Amino acid sequence: MDDLVSRHGGDATLLLQILIEVQEHFGHIPPAVATRLATSLDIPYARIENVASFYSFLHLKPQGEYRVLFSDNITDRMLGSEALMEQMCQLLWLQPGKVSEDGLVSIGPTSCTGMCDQGPAMLVNGRTITRLTHQRVQEIAQLIRNRTPLSDWPADFFKVDDDVRRGGLLLDNKLAYGEVLHAALPAGGLNIVDVIKASGLRGRGGAGFPTGQKWEACRNAEGNRHFVVCNADEGEPGTFKDRVLLTRQADLVFEGMTLCALAVGARKGFLYLRGEYRYLLEPLRAVLQRRRDSNLLGESILGKPGFDFDIDIHLGAGAYICGEESALIESLEGKRGVPRNRPPFPVTHGYMMQPTAVDNVETFCQAALAMHMGADKYRAIGTEKSSGSKLISVSGDCAYPGIYEYPFGVTVREILQDCGAVNTRAVQISGPSGICVGENEFNRKLGFEDLPTAGAFMVFDDSRDMFEVARNFVHFFAHESCGFCTPCRVGTSILKQTLDKIADGHGTQYDLAEVENLDRVLQTSSHCGLGRTACNPVLHTLKHFRPAYENKLKSLMFSPAFDLDGSLARARQMTGRDDAGAHLKETE
Amino acid sequence: MSDTFQLDGAAVPFEPGQTVMQAALAAGHYIPHLCYHPEFKPHGSCKLCTVKVNGRTTASCTMPAEAGLSVESDIEELNALRRTLVQMLFAEGNHFCPSCEKSGNCVLQALGYDLEVHATGFRHLYPDRPIDASHPDILLDFNRCVLCELCVRASSEVDGKNVFALAGRGITKHLIVNSESGLLKDTDIALTDKAMEVCPVGVILRKRVGFSQPIGERRYDKSPISTQALQDAPRIPSGAKHD
Repeated sequence: MDDLVSRHGGDATLLLQILIEVQEHFGHIPPAVATRLATSLDIPYARIENVASFYSFLHLKPQGEYRVLFSDNITDRMLGSEALMEQMCQLLWLQPGKVSEDGLVSIGPTSCTGMCDQGPAMLVNGRTITRLTHQRVQEIAQLIRNRTPLSDWPADFFKVDDDVRRGGLLLDNKLAYGEVLHAALPAGGLNIVDVIKASGLRGRGGAGFPTGQKWEACRNAEGNRHFVVCNADEGEPGTFKDRVLLTRQADLVFEGMTLCALAVGARKGFLYLRGEYRYLLEPLRAVLQRRRDSNLLGESILGKPGFDFDIDIHLGAGAYICGEESALIESLEGKRGVPRNRPPFPVTHGYMMQPTAVDNVETFCQAALAMHMGADKYRAIGTEKSSGSKLISVSGDCAYPGIYEYPFGVTVREILQDCGAVNTRAVQISGPSGICVGENEFNRKLGFEDLPTAGAFMVFDDSRDMFEVARNFVHFFAHESCGFCTPCRVGTSILKQTLDKIADGHGTQYDLAEVENLDRVLQTSSHCGLGRTACNPVLHTLKHFRPAYENKLKSLMFSPAFDLDGSLARARQMTGRDDAGAHLKETE
Repeated sequence: MSDTFQLDGAAVPFEPGQTVMQAALAAGHYIPHLCYHPEFKPHGSCKLCTVKVNGRTTASCTMPAEAGLSVESDIEELNALRRTLVQMLFAEGNHFCPSCEKSGNCVLQALGYDLEVHATGFRHLYPDRPIDASHPDILLDFNRCVLCELCVRASSEVDGKNVFALAGRGITKHLIVNSESGLLKDTDIALTDKAMEVCPVGVILRKRVGFSQPIGERRYDKSPISTQALQDAPRIPSGAKHD
């Protein structure tokens, strides 16, 4: 404990990182440890609970020795994850969300783990396992029963493939590490800002803010220290391109960050890595060390006096909201990932309220490429308002899920053809917070002019119930709402209840009207993008697939949500009765 | 002359650094609010004070005032939104006004009356929130918590104690106290703390003073919250001048 705290310099802004280490060591955060931690860091005890309870992967109560979390994205479900979780619960004799009586194991669902091209996936004590089958689940149950240490499990279980199906200027680049930085160094930081601005590069995280403009604003912002932050909290369900970039192009990511540091005058950078990608931490640290050894990081980089810059990696711990840049900064500071009030924006008041440039993994790669190619050549790729290429994470009903790189302007139809999708009913572009497009819109183009995207491309064929797709997304938002503002905290839960009511066959026209009212409230008054987009899945599927909702409705205008027979379930369980006589007949 | 912005057609003067809410209240214009309190830093979570600024919705308590802004507040679209938000807060907690010690002094209840919330609207969530009666002089009834964080802010900013904090995420977010046992008796709270005075609803209560003031003679029984809030608000600050 003391070693842990002293290694982090007794710095309370590292609280989240310390808690993650405590969790990894003890399997949870024991109260006695929390008390000692509070004393050593000189923070109130409640702060530990305040922070730890925000993150899904941190636990204040003992969990199983083996903590099994099934990825619960719709693509995992489409590959049979629900049946696999049920199978595992049966094999190990427990209910989802509970710890087994011997403390051996706990099983539950978790938000998308970014393995949609090789699902169903799970996390066991934070380690990713892909390609689950009934066979594999049986083997895992046996390993758990035998208390086999995770390090002795078959290596094949943990294999994560890149599945690159189509390359382009980014994925096919042959740049040597340090090459772009070498070339850009003599002309200095202002030149970088100018080139990036002229290249027309826009952020690849979804919002599409012009990168050069952001860097310029950060460069010009007054502050004691400037910071560069790489957003690798790739939490949008259906997105996994940053995982592949961090695996194959880590040097290019760090090169882009270093260029940014030169451009904005930063001496310190962070890469915020989502907890689900914990297995990438050591390889990424090794890349950072190699770059330090090559004088691409550290003091007087490449011999340029005064150009000092280094990068730390911070881990997330299961909170989608931390992908929002100001929430990410709060989390970097060791706090709950609650989005800040804006203005002020991170470019002027970011990490430690200092000027901070926050960009997506892919954006940093593209920035390095744009520097290498020159603004004009880069701008010639893609479309007028969306220059360059975009990595698309394709999953769902198609023959070849994986990563596809296209110049902006590619149509939905072209991608569907390339990935071998047939009888496609709909595509969810850019994840649950994005847009659901139906067949009549497959000629639309990816790009900021038409369909902006962070990269997710989930394909649904005509066997899928689009209502269930929307319901999965609504559950996701309710689970991931940070709870700061009333409309999102309560609204996403009510929305979830209403969709569950419809799924249970108790829905009416009144409920659809309520959904539309909730949409309005969430859109107009939510604190951040999560709440404002939480209704999109429902709105878009209602627009295209209204019958998928209506055929589940009772014809009544109103039906109470209270389900008398359902409420008696617990009593039936306690009395051990589940015969017909123990059920109430539903009255119509 | 000082700069002004437009609020529902009236010119509102402001000082640099003031938010739309602060300037509006100081100038005698009421914007409904719950988590905002004139003595603390605005934090913008309840969203009841949502207004339209140049056509875009935003929380007025955190929106910096700027010259020439066009702000709409008292319009049916926004009042309907506020009614829904109040309904959400009622549905989220366990609120039983007739038996609540805070009835008549409660901001949530007063907002309900003032905004004319006539029905519950949503199915109640009935969360399980045990009360904390461990302290000899103070009772915590978490059932009524609306997560405004005023006690958190008061304890930290004014009392320098951090007795209260929030825990959990999303709909499971809840108020906690600063002790390993999780009980109020093991904290350093005192009856004289600022945190004792700020709860807008009936979470933080002194023991043995129940119903000492009869219902019907309480704060919001006398005048609606829209009037009371203006009486409590700091008046036009001394620096501001009118032309």
